[in-house]
Amino acid sequence: MKRRWISMLAGAAFALGAGAAGAQISDGVIKIGVLNDMSGLYADLSGPGSVVAARLAVEDFGAARKGMKVEVVSADHQNKPDVGSSIARRWYDVDKVDVIVDVPTSSVALAINEITRQMGRAFLASGPATSDLTGKACSPNTIHWTYDTWMLANGTGSAIVRTGGDTWFFLTADYAFGHALERDTEAVVLKNGGRVLGKVRHPFPGTDFSSFLLQAQASKAKVIGLANAGGDTINSIKQAAEFGIVRGGQSLAGLLVFLTDVRALGLPTAQGLIFTETFYWDLNDQTRAFTKRFSEQAPRNIYPSMIHAGVYSAVLHYLKAIEAIKTDDGTKVIEQMKKMPTDDPLFGKGTVRADGRKIHPAYLVEVKKPAESKGPWDLHKIRATIPADQAFRPLAEGGCPLVK
Amino acid sequence: MEIFGVPTQALFGQLLIGLINGSFYALLSLGLAVIFGQLNIINFAHGAQYMMGAFCAYVLLNELAIGYWWSLLLAPLIVGATGVVIERLMLSRLYKLDHLYGLLLTFGLALVLQGLFRHEFGSAGLPYAMPEQLTGGRDLGFMFLPNYRAWVIVASLAVCLGTWYVIERTKLGSYLRAATENPALVQAFGVNVPRMITLTYGFGVALAALAGVMAAPIYQVSPTMGADLIIVVFAVVVIGGMGSILGAIVTGFGLGLIEGLTKVFYPEASNTVIFIIMAIVLLLRPAGLFGTQK
Repeated sequence: MKRRWISMLAGAAFALGAGAAGAQISDGVIKIGVLNDMSGLYADLSGPGSVVAARLAVEDFGAARKGMKVEVVSADHQNKPDVGSSIARRWYDVDKVDVIVDVPTSSVALAINEITRQMGRAFLASGPATSDLTGKACSPNTIHWTYDTWMLANGTGSAIVRTGGDTWFFLTADYAFGHALERDTEAVVLKNGGRVLGKVRHPFPGTDFSSFLLQAQASKAKVIGLANAGGDTINSIKQAAEFGIVRGGQSLAGLLVFLTDVRALGLPTAQGLIFTETFYWDLNDQTRAFTKRFSEQAPRNIYPSMIHAGVYSAVLHYLKAIEAIKTDDGTKVIEQMKKMPTDDPLFGKGTVRADGRKIHPAYLVEVKKPAESKGPWDLHKIRATIPADQAFRPLAEGGCPLVK
Repeated sequence: MEIFGVPTQALFGQLLIGLINGSFYALLSLGLAVIFGQLNIINFAHGAQYMMGAFCAYVLLNELAIGYWWSLLLAPLIVGATGVVIERLMLSRLYKLDHLYGLLLTFGLALVLQGLFRHEFGSAGLPYAMPEQLTGGRDLGFMFLPNYRAWVIVASLAVCLGTWYVIERTKLGSYLRAATENPALVQAFGVNVPRMITLTYGFGVALAALAGVMAAPIYQVSPTMGADLIIVVFAVVVIGGMGSILGAIVTGFGLGLIEGLTKVFYPEASNTVIFIIMAIVLLLRPAGLFGTQK
């Protein structure tokens, strides 16, 4: 009888103790899953570099010093939503991953967005572009970091229209990202008094764009908008040069171009390209210091793209939020991340809005001429800075159900 | 004047582009057809060997300052030599077995090669400058034709017809065709059959590498360039008839044209139209358009 009392008391004590543990880190480990394209056309602008960026963020946060156990795992979604979804489910169900980071392909990102919401974890979307993530698909478990199609359209699109490029023809990657970018840029062109003379959708990923470029040439539009990214943009620009498109008087608008794309193209072909980005390695001493550490560990010593910088910034803020509320429950951490202002060496001071949009300034950038470049990665010059409050779509215009 | 809503000018331009793409399909499917027709090996590494040809040209230019024209000769020789090594060390052991083993081996090789090159060079691709003599182009009225693309059509037609002629009309070609049908008898006549087989595989691989060198200036030189193309090329070879040289050439150019037309009228389907045609051809003529039932 006495033993029964003792065991009942012990059981009650354990139960109470277990109840308190519910407000702690699940399994005692914060597991960060970096999910992106490790081997295809987006592997250089995200890929293994994002894993390096995540690890640097964990190091800089000082997790070991603070007694927090953080683990970084990674996987390749091959730009396919079904592959990405099954990895996400396995990570959330079996491997106890708490947050998924990166996901540079918009179609995969939309799928991960849904799964994360259903399972109450967190998704820090540093890689994808579609502005739907903070629009009709917005979720209390997702923060859209780095950039989006609205910001690209507004930055690059309006700059080009205002300097005389008022007739456009779109060459669009035929999937969620291309459609979103084309839609947002068309809206900007029309708002600024321009006209869209035609559009053509190419299979994703594509290799030969000659036939689509020919249609663009025939349209006689002043600007050919490339609503694609990575290897597709590189090939489009190369082949456009071959067909004398720029010599014939039309100009190319690279709507989404990364540092690694410019490097792959080479300055003679890429010079003069104008586009928008939110991070460049040579902006200030802090970005340069990060770049040195990143490039020492990155494959082939590449320099960071804005997506890599976004992964670093997002993981850092995520860990700070967990430190504040002492739990890694996805919904609660995202809520906390929206309450705390952000501050990191790469993007400076910023905020996260109610619709999940991270706000920071954007830069209108032009690719240098070969004579102006003093090093293999000295590729961009900053033409203008778009202040944070103007760079992204106004909160009320997105149609996000969380904003009412 | 318009055909189905597309002005004839634009249509001719697209057909010409289709013909240019068809030249790449024809060159690559020729190599595959030679290898399968004469050796009964399904060479899945063909795309990787095409990619190696392009990288060989890139390395020759950037490390040894050897230009495009010499690369056209050297890269196929170098990559062809690696093909000979593969055949001697690995493929020759699989002739007695089912076709499937050759397929598995070459498929695995393709994955290994692609991974190695991606590890070394990254996947964004590398730029390869166009040779100066071929830059620029001429205005044909209905489109602007870059000189380089005109060169591609001419060169690949020459190589395709040359290869067809050697295999179908010369003594060397007849030895090869005989050796495929009855190796023991041909060997009894004193012809060194194993060496001929090795050199034929090397030649098929060299054809792939040649296509790679020609592709380098217009497509990014990237480790995945072969993987994207090889599936289409296999479809071309199947449609043309697995063992038929002429079938591969004609089908390559023909399908390039059809793909070009699809890009005008319904671009979203341009990736799949070749497979739809392959399905239809296989239903009606299982041996392919020019193939013979074996």
